[in-house]
Amino acid sequence: MSEQEILAFDKADALVDIPTHYCPGCQHGVTQRLAGELLSEMGLTENTLLITAIGCSVFLYNYLNVDSVEAPHGRAPAVATGAKRARPDKFVLSYQGDGDLASIGMAEIMHCANRGENISIIFVNNTVYGMTGGQMAPTTMVGQKTTTSPAGRNASKEGMPIRMAEIIGQLGGTAFSARVALNNVKNIRKAKKAMKKAFEVQQKELGFGFIELLATCPTNWRMTPIKANERIEEELIPYFPLGVFKDLTVETEG
Amino acid sequence: MSKNGEKLFIKGNEAIARGAIAAGLKCYFGYPITPQNDIPEYMSAALPAVGGEFVQAESEVAAANMLIGAAACGVRSMTSSSSPGISLKQEAISYLAGSQLPTVIVNMNRGGPGLGDIGPSQGDYFQAVKGGGHGDYRVLVLAPGTCQEAYDLVIKAFDLAFKYRNPVMILGDAILGQMKEPVSPWTPEKIDENEGHDWRLCGAKGRKGRILKSLFLSEGSLAAHHEHLQNKYADMAEFTQQEEYQIDDAELVVVAYGSIGRIVKSTIKKLRNNGHKVGLFRPITLYPFPSGDLKKLAEQGKKFLTIEHNLGQMVEDVRLSIRTITDSDFFGFLPGNLPTPDDFEEPILKSLGGK
Repeated sequence: MSEQEILAFDKADALVDIPTHYCPGCQHGVTQRLAGELLSEMGLTENTLLITAIGCSVFLYNYLNVDSVEAPHGRAPAVATGAKRARPDKFVLSYQGDGDLASIGMAEIMHCANRGENISIIFVNNTVYGMTGGQMAPTTMVGQKTTTSPAGRNASKEGMPIRMAEIIGQLGGTAFSARVALNNVKNIRKAKKAMKKAFEVQQKELGFGFIELLATCPTNWRMTPIKANERIEEELIPYFPLGVFKDLTVETEG
Repeated sequence: MSKNGEKLFIKGNEAIARGAIAAGLKCYFGYPITPQNDIPEYMSAALPAVGGEFVQAESEVAAANMLIGAAACGVRSMTSSSSPGISLKQEAISYLAGSQLPTVIVNMNRGGPGLGDIGPSQGDYFQAVKGGGHGDYRVLVLAPGTCQEAYDLVIKAFDLAFKYRNPVMILGDAILGQMKEPVSPWTPEKIDENEGHDWRLCGAKGRKGRILKSLFLSEGSLAAHHEHLQNKYADMAEFTQQEEYQIDDAELVVVAYGSIGRIVKSTIKKLRNNGHKVGLFRPITLYPFPSGDLKKLAEQGKKFLTIEHNLGQMVEDVRLSIRTITDSDFFGFLPGNLPTPDDFEEPILKSLGGK
């Protein structure tokens, strides 16, 4: 490094220095980067047990240098429960997409939150099944065309998109539940702050920490990455409002 | 916990729960289903009392998946259930086997298919020994016939699970679970706490992160994983266990396992008193199956009759064992009825007299 050069940005130690497999414009990479940065900054890397789930997110174990185990479809919150009960001294983190968490795994996420398991769950909501090829998810917007809703989601037959952060916020065991978006730099910064809160409530043993991230899937949305970001702003945020739905740290402090 | 010389008069279910705690159980995850409810009920009080974790899960599915998390951490973990509940656990059992995670699963078999009834049956034999979930895998299966054996085999199950990094199933039934017998409890002198093993998740301190998984996408990597599993299953086949009763001079060997094996033993005692040359071969390990020892008996010219409390499942493994020499008759006592020793007299005499 010459005298004029200043190192302004470095790779967090929790991140493995390899290219990711994600499609251009996909925001799994952004989420995973934020998670890796937080693990490093909070000194959690060497103490973390990561539960990886199904779909595009399963490969997180290739990108974070932590101990990890794979969970079956939807069951990550149960696997995380088992890990935390076996090793309560460890930081247990799970990472699930919308099909995984809000459809097949609805029972597991509800009861895990309700028991107040001291774990943190990152929930990536891109309103579609990604890895399986763009099928309808429980969070798919009304009118959104997918490979299994070719005429667009029909609310009278398929129901309304499920708002998970609000539901989780209602449960007694939840210590923190929030929804953020990854569509611009400002929101990404806010997302990191909220993720940090979800991690901190676990450290403080306050209960279940949940963070929902509105993210893009340009490939299955059939959009450019820029258009996909615009869709989050114009279409998703009005239905999936950003905000904190429960924060026990505020309640206990004030 | 237990004193030397102490005798307990307890149900088979409680014997299993006590044996597991004596074996150093750290985490139990379960969901109520008849006829095994005594196990989670016992665990809910006894396990926290010795510093362990008890969770009544929201479903059998969740309970089995909690095992994945605990077993990945390298602690002794267990679940128990009965037939319909075990079907729900199969997804996780396949993952446990695929990810090579050691744990113990108890099935107190009830009548099926579907909701069936809550009475005894051996209808889950195929599901247990052939791998009831998806993919090529095997689970070690131990079948106790008495409450004492149930206690002893649970302790052995944990050792085997960690030795082979594989799920081990205890296959009992409603008879074993619900009957009371004297049991002499004991505690193993040395319990392998798994410290120092190089696979468990404990935080990537000073090393690369470990990944326990069953997903192998790159060309050839799944094949290599299967080769490893196959070698492991071949190693498991080295050890088999069975009870042999009055077999040396027997013309007819009756093959029966678990509670039914025990009832058949009473029938054989009576027939022996009447001068009939019959003996019992009661497999205790159902996977691996004691094929080699059965084949030796076939080579001695003995005839075979397999008796099961189902429509004919283990008989296939008996026939595979002796197929190059002879065959086995089969008598299936229909699930939904409870057999007595008298029920087996006629089929045994018929096989003994047959050509």
